[in-house]
Amino acid sequence: MSGCNENVRAGQVRRAVAGEGLPAIEPGMPLPAGTGMTRRSLLLGGAGLALTVFGGRMLAPEAFAEGVAAASASSADAPVIVSVFLSGGVDGIALLPPVTDPRYTPSLRPTLWVDPAGTLALRGSTAMRWHPSATAFKDLHDRGRLTLFPAIGYTNANGSHFTSRHFYEVGATDPDGVTGWLGRWLDVVGEDHNPVQGFTVGQTLSPSMATARVAVAAAESPQQYDFTTPGVYGGWHQELLRGYERLGTLTSSDPVLGAARAMHRDAADLRRSLSAPLGSGADGYPGNRLGSRLRDMARLLGVGLPIRAAAVDAHADFDTHAGQGDTFPEQIDECGRALAAFQADLEARGIADRVLTVIWSEFGRRPDENGSGGTDHGAGGVAFVMGTRVRGGIEGEFPGLQSLDGEGNLLPTTDFRALYASILEQWVDADAEALIPGAAGFARYALLR
Amino acid sequence: MPRPSRSAKKRKARKPVCRKTTVKPKRASNKRAAKKQRAAARCRAPVKRAARRRTTPKKRPVVRRPPSTTHPSLPSLPADTPVPGLPPVDTPPPPPPPPDPPPSDPPPAGVHRYNGPFGIEQATRLLWRAGFGPRRGEAAHYAALGLDGAVAALTRASGAAQLIGPEPYAQNPDGGGYEPIQPGVRFEHDHLHWMDRMVRSTQPFVERMALLWHDWFGVSDDNVGQYTLLARHIDLFRAHGRGSFRDLARLVMQDGAMLVRLDGVFSQRHRPNENFARELMELFTLGPDRGAYTERDIREAARGLTGWSGDFHQPNGWAHFYFDAQWHDTTTKRIFGVVDDYDPDDVVDACVTHQLHPSFFVLKLWSAFVATPPPADQRVALERLYIERGHAVLPVVEAILKHPAVYEGPPLVKSPVVYAAGLLRALGSGIQTIGWTGITANAGQRLHYPPNISGWREDRWLDTSTLHARWELAGLALDPHALDGSSPYPAQETPAEAVAMALRFWDDPPLRGDTVEILVETAGRLAQVADGNLPPQGRNALRQTILRHLVIASPDGQVC
Repeated sequence: MSGCNENVRAGQVRRAVAGEGLPAIEPGMPLPAGTGMTRRSLLLGGAGLALTVFGGRMLAPEAFAEGVAAASASSADAPVIVSVFLSGGVDGIALLPPVTDPRYTPSLRPTLWVDPAGTLALRGSTAMRWHPSATAFKDLHDRGRLTLFPAIGYTNANGSHFTSRHFYEVGATDPDGVTGWLGRWLDVVGEDHNPVQGFTVGQTLSPSMATARVAVAAAESPQQYDFTTPGVYGGWHQELLRGYERLGTLTSSDPVLGAARAMHRDAADLRRSLSAPLGSGADGYPGNRLGSRLRDMARLLGVGLPIRAAAVDAHADFDTHAGQGDTFPEQIDECGRALAAFQADLEARGIADRVLTVIWSEFGRRPDENGSGGTDHGAGGVAFVMGTRVRGGIEGEFPGLQSLDGEGNLLPTTDFRALYASILEQWVDADAEALIPGAAGFARYALLR
Repeated sequence: MPRPSRSAKKRKARKPVCRKTTVKPKRASNKRAAKKQRAAARCRAPVKRAARRRTTPKKRPVVRRPPSTTHPSLPSLPADTPVPGLPPVDTPPPPPPPPDPPPSDPPPAGVHRYNGPFGIEQATRLLWRAGFGPRRGEAAHYAALGLDGAVAALTRASGAAQLIGPEPYAQNPDGGGYEPIQPGVRFEHDHLHWMDRMVRSTQPFVERMALLWHDWFGVSDDNVGQYTLLARHIDLFRAHGRGSFRDLARLVMQDGAMLVRLDGVFSQRHRPNENFARELMELFTLGPDRGAYTERDIREAARGLTGWSGDFHQPNGWAHFYFDAQWHDTTTKRIFGVVDDYDPDDVVDACVTHQLHPSFFVLKLWSAFVATPPPADQRVALERLYIERGHAVLPVVEAILKHPAVYEGPPLVKSPVVYAAGLLRALGSGIQTIGWTGITANAGQRLHYPPNISGWREDRWLDTSTLHARWELAGLALDPHALDGSSPYPAQETPAEAVAMALRFWDDPPLRGDTVEILVETAGRLAQVADGNLPPQGRNALRQTILRHLVIASPDGQVC
């Protein structure tokens, strides 16, 4: 019952097993089903955080704990990149209606056209205005905390959610790429022993973090984690746990059983070392997934975890093929409030100057509304960078609705790799040409004040 | 054209959904029930199972439970040994006889067939791959049929399926007490309703194939927001899941749940919606990034699929779906290089007859039954079989189920719901708590709610979080039977005997020898626990509960 994305080479690539490359089986073949990936669990007692560690050399948990402690001391002021993925393909034309464009009329979008009278002014532009529900975005932008890229993408847009997202994650229009754009940077600046340097808030690794050399980690908020049996108490329970741990000492050369036994060992280790759960963070976050993940992110940065790059998947539903008018305003409002709360939280903790947040989606949506009150997959979309040190304003032209690509989609004016190269060079002083294929051929944007 | 409010539907659907940590069983009432069950079990425990004579059908080899041959280090327990805490369980009826004479389809050319011994071990594996594990005592029946007979008995079951075994029920959240399962009324009950069929149906293969197609087509009630449509969607898989994939794909295309999920409904010639066309090619029939199709093919196909419509009225939702020719685009379209005036069925056919479809189909189907990819020559032979049999599903599945890779290759991780249903089948128990829904969801598989349109991630069933949930699933199955310090139990028992009994409790699952050794060692240590309050029987009973939990939650218990 494998989802078909697992059955093709590019599907495997998208999983981007950190440090492993493609499995040594015939191209196009899936990994043994159900075996999980090379990952281990680790607890950081100080932060009360249960981690799943990907890649890197096999090291004892103690080595990781020491590595994290050492990295915390040495990189207290290091700049951090946070990548926030708004999944599904955000409709940039709904978020920022091009109100003066002659084609932007109710006939283009019979149900989704927004009366300009209700829209909000976009600082620095008269051609576009904010959607009425984008008040949090507008506030961040007005205060110079947010730089807008109104038409980002790449030539020959791929309309598959999975493939286009993969391109953004690996930082190249390469279906065979196995490392993420942030992972490649971590391979240069990271350390073996510090898996939190590349941190995904979620249950599994963001492919943008996939490395070839150093370890990276993922964690959702830790939960209560114990193994109990009805009616079993005291010394009996202690022996039960010992039996559970003893089963975790078994190995097997069988690929499936061996992986199941290794995961059992991880579960036993995790139970042994798990302590206090994460407390709650600052107020002001909305109750959605993005809000709670960004709150955890701010808290982890706040307690001094040596994070260099982080990825958060909003688990949003911007794939608005139908009834977009009902869902989009709520989604954009919640995402905006989550981002604003995150930025405010970082500022309140005094660490905002260290953090640059890049916000992206896999593509934009088609200017023409479809027959279901929604929009289909497009090309050029929106992206943002957020932080106290960004220049704000608008980078890259809005191309207008007059000349579209062959599919009737918005032509991107900014290549996403130009944004990545600018971030790498200006924010973390990295050699973009060594990290982003073809970086020399892309423009640069002055991102920082 | 009436349009439902999408946000209203979503809110309705989402309110109680899959907030993983909030879906917890009601432990308090659960415990009360457990206590009652345990008391009842205590009364029944001493009854000798030997008193219930097993009736053996005529003309059928007498099937005896063999001693635990897989674990030579353990003492062998006679077949009629009473299992404390487990009421005598009716041995399930033997499987319906396979078609007589046995299916005489010529063996598929070039596809390898397993020719080794077919005993309980192989029958058990077959029952896990093609169903939800053996019912208590059932593996021996299948072993007696031989490979062809056992496969045919599963795959070619015909007539109406019966539900045998204890009727399901769950806690009544309003008035206390218990109530029957009401899918579509109580949020958690749709999962219980289907899982009950997995536990009790006399045609487990039909349910297993329905689960496979549910995963293949990935429709979630989170998006549809109307359980009646999901119920019909799954029924479609039960009725047509063994037939022609072309027919199945056509039926799915016009199925209400799919029309709503991928916006086929109200996709009209003026403004075709591409959502279904794209996933039809990318996820259901061809696969992405293989050069099988272009963006243009998707857009043209979307035009060919236009015309489906439906009636939506509050408060009952979708009532009726129909093809309305006036909204269909009748002009010519160019799909995969062929110009024609495609209608919706033609579009599906174009995908299924595409030359890159069989390779996609065979690999995806194979991976549902076998953990490692097929050798290239076997994949090619299966593709040939699929084409020669006119896109029929059953011949390919049967060839896979008879393939050496199933019996000689590595085991397969049981999916969470397969693991959960299998626990109850081994015990001869039924669903007695609403907890099965939330905890199976925590283990990664909430029925009717696959995570996205590409289904579940079968390569990722096991992680530290889902393993913990599997421990809790085992606890749910164990709970009504759990022994405590006051349960009647033999006062004399060696560690090896205790482990043999714990294995028998679960109908002797196939654990490896090294796991059994650790369990015996643990049983020895449990004998040393300092607890002056318990008499020897009580100590052995408590030890037994612990061993039972460890046996089935062990890594070996997650695979078969």
